[in-house]
Amino acid sequence: MTSLIDIPSLLSVASAIPASVAETAPAGAGGVAAPWIGLIPTLPILGVLLCALCAIFDIRTKLPAFLSVACLGVSFLLTLVVFLNYDSFNNGGAFVVHLFDWINLSWGSAEHPVSFAANFSFYIDRLTILWMLFVTGLATLIALYASEYMSGDVGRPYCRFFVGFNLFVFSMACLVMGDNLVLLYLGWEGVGLCSYLLIGYFFKKPEAVAAAKKAFIVNRIGDLGLALGIYLTFVHFGTLEYAQLFASDKLQGYLAAASEHRWSDIPMTVQGIALLFMVGAFGKSAQFPLYVWLPDAMEGPTPVSALIHAATMVTAGVFLIARTYPLFLSSEYALPIVAWVGTITALLGATIGMAQFDIKRIMAYSTVSQLGYMFAGLGMLTTTGAAFHVLTHAFFKALLFLCCGAVMHGFAGQLDLRKLSGVAWMKGWGIVAIGMLIGCLNLSGFAFTAGFFSKDMILAQAFVTPGYSILGWILIGTAGLTAYYTFRVFFRVFLGPQSFEPGDEHHADHSDEEHDDETDAHHIAAHGHSADHGGHFHPHAPGWAVNLVLALLAIGSIAAAGLYFVDKESHGWVGAMVHDSSAYYDASSHGAPALESAGAAVETEHASGLLFGQDPYEIMYYISGAVGLVGILLAAILHGPRGWQGLFLGGRTEAGKCRMDRVAKLFGPIPRWAENKWYVDEFYIAVFQTPLRVLSHLFHLFDKFVIDGVVDSVAKLPGALASALRPSQSGQLQGYAAGMAGGVVVLLIVVLVVLGGAS
Amino acid sequence: MTDLLGSITLAQADFPQAMGTLTLGHYLFLSAAMFALGLIGFVTRRNLIIMFLCTELMFQASGIALIAFSRFHLNHTGQTFVIFVLTVAAAEAAMGLALVILLFRKRESLSTEEWAEMSG
Repeated sequence: MTSLIDIPSLLSVASAIPASVAETAPAGAGGVAAPWIGLIPTLPILGVLLCALCAIFDIRTKLPAFLSVACLGVSFLLTLVVFLNYDSFNNGGAFVVHLFDWINLSWGSAEHPVSFAANFSFYIDRLTILWMLFVTGLATLIALYASEYMSGDVGRPYCRFFVGFNLFVFSMACLVMGDNLVLLYLGWEGVGLCSYLLIGYFFKKPEAVAAAKKAFIVNRIGDLGLALGIYLTFVHFGTLEYAQLFASDKLQGYLAAASEHRWSDIPMTVQGIALLFMVGAFGKSAQFPLYVWLPDAMEGPTPVSALIHAATMVTAGVFLIARTYPLFLSSEYALPIVAWVGTITALLGATIGMAQFDIKRIMAYSTVSQLGYMFAGLGMLTTTGAAFHVLTHAFFKALLFLCCGAVMHGFAGQLDLRKLSGVAWMKGWGIVAIGMLIGCLNLSGFAFTAGFFSKDMILAQAFVTPGYSILGWILIGTAGLTAYYTFRVFFRVFLGPQSFEPGDEHHADHSDEEHDDETDAHHIAAHGHSADHGGHFHPHAPGWAVNLVLALLAIGSIAAAGLYFVDKESHGWVGAMVHDSSAYYDASSHGAPALESAGAAVETEHASGLLFGQDPYEIMYYISGAVGLVGILLAAILHGPRGWQGLFLGGRTEAGKCRMDRVAKLFGPIPRWAENKWYVDEFYIAVFQTPLRVLSHLFHLFDKFVIDGVVDSVAKLPGALASALRPSQSGQLQGYAAGMAGGVVVLLIVVLVVLGGAS
Repeated sequence: MTDLLGSITLAQADFPQAMGTLTLGHYLFLSAAMFALGLIGFVTRRNLIIMFLCTELMFQASGIALIAFSRFHLNHTGQTFVIFVLTVAAAEAAMGLALVILLFRKRESLSTEEWAEMSG
């Protein structure tokens, strides 16, 4: 068994890729040579190096931020060029850009050659481009926002932040663009690492450190699933490269079997791969059993929350499932489980979000909830809906987070919605308020917003794909809850009487004091509770960078709705993007897996299910629009300002008081349970953490007494022997002489009597 | 001349049988007795100079034995060896006495009990 890393084996692997996927060789091997596509992921690495250099040369300006914006911006523009010229590369087909050899092994006998190839190559299809467009685009905008947001930390911490930020974009690019599952895994772990580093950015704050560890450890559980899934994929299919995997006869056979519900013809290994990938996706995308890390991750700086924990990284799970959709279609239970878990997560996240007071936490639970929608969409066979919701959610959730960040930054870390009111009417907060309003309308699915269309696509599909109508109703109800908690934030923080209580973090933006490693935790210690002397506090409105980014994101959030009307044939622009990728699901050629009864005939996506005798896609506009409006009205009544009393019956006079307090009593203990996050964390602590702790203490005792006891007693043996012999060393000269003489006598006796007698 | 030498010889060739003639056994007995006396003196006495003299006694005992054997075997190896031993013993005596003097100066005593610190 020999392993070779050589050119001939590379060539043999390259030629094995089916003709439908063109290999783009670096040095013009005919075909389409576009090595510059490799710049898209490598520019962020350049950003990492430049920011690290800034740290080495101790640059105390905003230079690293603008270097990052430049690198990421060029990366985005290149992605845009690829998108615009996509058809010219390989006549509209997917193609592979080979950057360099990474792992290229072959072994086995001549009759049964086995090869393992995982190179730094990029698999470019429309799904990749869709993801890369919003990843690089949002990263550029959020880096610009962060240039101002993080300005209190200019110096080493500022560089550290942008190093992590760029490294994240590189990892995400590897994850999305990689042409094999190993590169995807590299990116997957890379984004996890960057997430850990950036959540723990304020590393002197114990909560931030704990949150970073929690995120890392919970993600490990999912990553184990993904790693095992990749292993099984290689064992079964013999390749990890998408192009070969999707074209393999085995997979095509399984897809054919799945479409005819011949599940027993598909080996358990293949069905298990999808389930393992699903576990990985649940971890990264914060789905039900593993969602607990995401809300805590809000301890990181807000730009990180916006980019990593709302817009991009958490959609990696959706991407994984969309990318390996053929494997999921070949599994009997994977997609139904994805749909159910997504729905449960959506409902759970929304109920918790309703009862939180920290606006960033509310947005975090809303992210969990919206990710649940995306997973439900994937499970219900509308990858288009899921991908569209990923796109719109990326825009409006980034916008919402950045607005919350602006508020947090301006009010010294105040995030409690009971202590803020009427921000919209304060001087300089207009763009933030408008941005927040647009984000909230999108999130609550207000009619004709982007969020409305993308959510509808998922909701409607629930009534199209047989067996999912219960989930559809749950998701519609959740949409109402979403609208309520979203506007609860908006009405309480942005409308109503102007009043505020500053937080306890003093951002030293205007002071020239040195802070090399100063963190916010330090400021708390240094300045005490500044609410006590709130008279000195003036909220500072965001500057040009923040306002510009918010305006661009707000425009993007609105414009995303237009994408629904482009290419109406295939459910909008995103549908067209998904259509040519591995995520495309064609109901006419594949039957719906699992829950469908044998008799249900599935002709096309549209004709199968009916809701109130109508096409669900048509009637859902009215249902979800009405539900969204009801949620907003409810929020207006319960949390609305006094000035609009005639319209909304709101009666709030103070920041902290609202009609909800009285209504909440009607529900008994439920609001309190929701406020405590349904005690899921406590449950995990009781069921997993405490037994592990007890067990580790037991092991500690075993180690201390049994293992150490054995080792120590062996070590004590020479000592005991020595102390037995030590008295012979008396120090008396005569003693030694007598001993010597005695020894001679003994020797003489031995020689003369014993040996002499013998001879 | 040869008769005179032959009458007191220890050589095996013509071993004199008469009583009163010195034989190898006598010499070896003397040597063993001196060695035993030296050893007993060395072990029982505490005075450094006495002990030193006892070691000299043992030295000479071994010298006598060597010369006796040398004569008995009719070769000069043993005598030659004794010359070397005496030379070394002289040097050692000089060293040993110097050390004894130094030790005495340290403690104003010649007892070995003063020097029993290297105990286990």
